[in-house]
Amino acid sequence: MNSKTAVSHAYPIEFRDVSFHINDIPTRPIVKNVSLVIPRTETLVLLGRSGSGKTTLLRLVNRMLVPSSGQVLVDGQPTSGADPIRLRRGIGYVIQEAGLFPHFTVAQNVALVPRLENWESSRVDARVRELLTLVGLDPAEFSSRYPRELSGGQRQRVGVARALAADPPILLMDEPFGALDPVTRSELQREFSSLARRLGKTILFVTHDLHEAMLLGSRIGLLHSGQLVALAPPQEFLRLAHPEVRAFVASINGFAGAC
Amino acid sequence: MSAWQFFLGHRAEILDATLTHLTLVLIAMAIAIAIAVPLGMLIVQRRSLRTLSLGLASVFQTIPSLALFGFLIPLPFIGGIGPRTAIVALVVYALLPILRNTYVGLSGIDPAVLEAAEAMGMTNSQILFRVRLPLALGVILAGIRTATVITIGVATIAAAIGAGGLGTFIFRGVAMVSDAVILAGAIPAALLALVADFLLGLLERRLRVV
Repeated sequence: MNSKTAVSHAYPIEFRDVSFHINDIPTRPIVKNVSLVIPRTETLVLLGRSGSGKTTLLRLVNRMLVPSSGQVLVDGQPTSGADPIRLRRGIGYVIQEAGLFPHFTVAQNVALVPRLENWESSRVDARVRELLTLVGLDPAEFSSRYPRELSGGQRQRVGVARALAADPPILLMDEPFGALDPVTRSELQREFSSLARRLGKTILFVTHDLHEAMLLGSRIGLLHSGQLVALAPPQEFLRLAHPEVRAFVASINGFAGAC
Repeated sequence: MSAWQFFLGHRAEILDATLTHLTLVLIAMAIAIAIAVPLGMLIVQRRSLRTLSLGLASVFQTIPSLALFGFLIPLPFIGGIGPRTAIVALVVYALLPILRNTYVGLSGIDPAVLEAAEAMGMTNSQILFRVRLPLALGVILAGIRTATVITIGVATIAAAIGAGGLGTFIFRGVAMVSDAVILAGAIPAALLALVADFLLGLLERRLRVV
């Protein structure tokens, strides 16, 4: 990775034999020898039970965590050598409870990264309107509201708009729809699925919900005890023989037959 | 002589004592805030320092105020008779509520909000000044309010070590067995505390978010 050409041909996200353990306890790694490349505009869903290491893997991408061994590369550059602030401003991040700033209005929340990047305020305002419209919220109605005045689904829409604000090529999403009621959740899943296709972002999406993984993923990677045990496109994934895959398929069995 | 007549006859003196009282409180509060708020910010990160400083501040506040004055008087530099010793004691009393509330306010913020702030690429100081402090402000101010009311109360006792203020009338009235003189100190002191509590309460409600 020494020339510019190499960088532009690099994968947006690449894991090279990555392991992670807390506080030098290598006997109990949270992520173990994961190698994985995510090509441009792919939506890769990381599926796994609680504690399988999927969130850890996500947080290794924007250097919220640094690998204990191996390398995580973003656009061909190892994150361990990157300036975390610069790196993170170029990566959108959406989490379960949205994590909106309660003392900021909807517009201020969405404008966060553009403002940190010192955009002109007319450009910020235009961008905020554009994004709220994109996620299905009327800017005139919602811009000046506070997060506490929104429903869970609306908050999560704002969370997505905020992550997209500075037009980052990569999106990290950690169970973004996990805390929503089933009806709102499937509404947002469908909308997000078409949004993701239109935007052409490279997306790493964490969930424990196989149905969600099937709907959104161009590939599904299954994590079990910190290891990547399966990786395949959705339909193919359902047919894999690994016991953990079978366990997930069995959990939605009545449903899998229907789709 | 009625209390009212005494009031009218000594209003310049009472006003003067009220101003001295206020000055003691304001200086002590300014110093206490300057120590406790930054210390509170620091102990959010450092566990050992947290236990030590919260423990120490609790011990200070448990010592009866008159006894604390007694302890301070023999000390070199900060001790002696007069307003300086009184201010030191008042600061010591005001520390705990401010320190505790600063810590509680800063550490009680929704972890999802802090995670999002970090993941958006905010620097540590941006997170502190744009997220943590604004969100903790209401709680910190509640601590300052409690501390102010305590300080106004303890400052009446400061008269016992020659610091002046409204306590002067109370102690003098007790010595003279005169209700009128006692009330000339007690009423303005009580009013000061009530007014300060009300005004700071107002400010607190305006600044508290969510």
